[in-house]
Amino acid sequence: MKILVAVKRVIDYNVKVRVKADNTDVDLTNVKMAINPFCEIAVEEAVRLKEKGVATEIVAVSLGPKECQEQIRTALALGADRGIQVQTDDPLGSLSVAKLLKAIVDEEKPDLVLLGKQSIDSDNGQTGQMLAALAGMSQGTYASEVNVDSGKVSVTREVDGGLQTVSLNLPAVVTTDLRLNEPRYASLPNIMKAKRKPLDVKTSEDLGISVSSTLTTIKVEPPAERQAGIKVASVDELVEKLKNEAKVI
Amino acid sequence: MAILVVADHDNGTLAPATLNTVAAATAIGGDIHLLVAGSGCGSVAEQASAVSGVSKVLHADNPALENRLAENVSLLVAELGKDYSHILASTSTDARNTMPRVAAMLDVDQISDIISVVSEDTFARPIYAGNAIATVQSNASIKVITVRSTGFDPVASEGGSAAVEAVASNHDAGISSFVSEELAQSDRPELTAADIIVSGGRGMGNGENFELLYKVADKLGAAVGASRAAVDAGYVPNDMQVGQTGKIVAPNLYVAVGISGAIQHLAGMKDSKVIVAINKDEEAPIFQVADYGLVADLFEAVPELEGKL
Repeated sequence: MKILVAVKRVIDYNVKVRVKADNTDVDLTNVKMAINPFCEIAVEEAVRLKEKGVATEIVAVSLGPKECQEQIRTALALGADRGIQVQTDDPLGSLSVAKLLKAIVDEEKPDLVLLGKQSIDSDNGQTGQMLAALAGMSQGTYASEVNVDSGKVSVTREVDGGLQTVSLNLPAVVTTDLRLNEPRYASLPNIMKAKRKPLDVKTSEDLGISVSSTLTTIKVEPPAERQAGIKVASVDELVEKLKNEAKVI
Repeated sequence: MAILVVADHDNGTLAPATLNTVAAATAIGGDIHLLVAGSGCGSVAEQASAVSGVSKVLHADNPALENRLAENVSLLVAELGKDYSHILASTSTDARNTMPRVAAMLDVDQISDIISVVSEDTFARPIYAGNAIATVQSNASIKVITVRSTGFDPVASEGGSAAVEAVASNHDAGISSFVSEELAQSDRPELTAADIIVSGGRGMGNGENFELLYKVADKLGAAVGASRAAVDAGYVPNDMQVGQTGKIVAPNLYVAVGISGAIQHLAGMKDSKVIVAINKDEEAPIFQVADYGLVADLFEAVPELEGKL
């Protein structure tokens, strides 16, 4: 079966985020960028399904300016077979991303679409579910285990109270949670090989999708800082403060 | 203008987060209708009708809605939602699973995880794991929104007397099915509803040592949480995780034990009213957000604390 994996270029998760002085956005000038960690887990899961003989082809897709080809190459180095970049310089909301991915799904007809459960920049957590709705597919979000068997995929999901397992008809959308797997490091030979793997570039016009959003960001501000309090010298002092000063116990 | 709030429940009990979501709806303003969709969930509809500020309860009972599969619930919510200006739900895993599907079916953008209402079309939400707060305006015809509970004080669960209206439902997409559920059983309060939380991190060393925290928690009537480091190390199950990718909590008292204070953990608890940190490393970043810090070996301090409560 064929797997489509969507990957997003985001700020590296180790970078401390700073808000621009004019409060229009966070400052991404000269900041290290990387593949969204949840997307990397999605790529790893696709590669494992291929290694198990379940998947035959893995297509990695990313949407954005030319630079997102770097993240597609990362996916190719991890084991994806070919890449698709949808070129656009406009900022994309989750619904636009889902519509563009739906158009790719119509062309590629994958049996399984793997995405991260959310991106660590906008923290929306919407794209996978929106794509599933638009494509009329079933969905397994927050996956911590994925098993494909006889035309269905069984997904164990991390839910509020514990774990839930659902059985989904294929084609299906699965979004990954942290504990699904631990992504491998790409080896140098695989990084070199990835440079020669095919990477198609399309535009939203090619796909017949007009990109627009009903949302406008008015301002972006740093969160309220919390002030450090005091150090207490002993457990006795702690209990005394909690009882008589903070009055919380 | 009317607002549809999708209730969180398990077919038996209305989840407390629904009260915070109704509070957000109240801040937007307008008639508030509360949708209870499930199977055999009549008692939830009754509880919903008592929620303060709700003018009508819509009760949809259908076996296909029993496990709140997003494929099925979204069909119902998108159909009912067409008549509303806003559709709100909490940020529970059920709602986060379902609402984007609803938004896509209605062809509108969703606004996730709002922490405050600026006006009926403008909302604040955290981005970059809470390292920035974005104020977002929507001109969508229907505003689909998920609400972070800790941003809104809950409305009263009693005092209302909304009429319950049955909604016919045969919504079944037929493309997914429920297999099983492993829910943690505990007599302690739920993390997201607890007044006091005692959390352990990697400093706990192993899962058995969490027993020390359970003893303290039971004296305080507290819930027990954990950092991602402790969950990833296998000390405790994932449903105990507090942090950006786990549960977002804001209790009156949060006691962080053996937790260094990684940014993604702070994102999940820094809105707590009072924060206590117990850590032997006095340079640990957790002390920068703690109201009361105790630099001590947790294996001595925690049993002593338990003895003195």
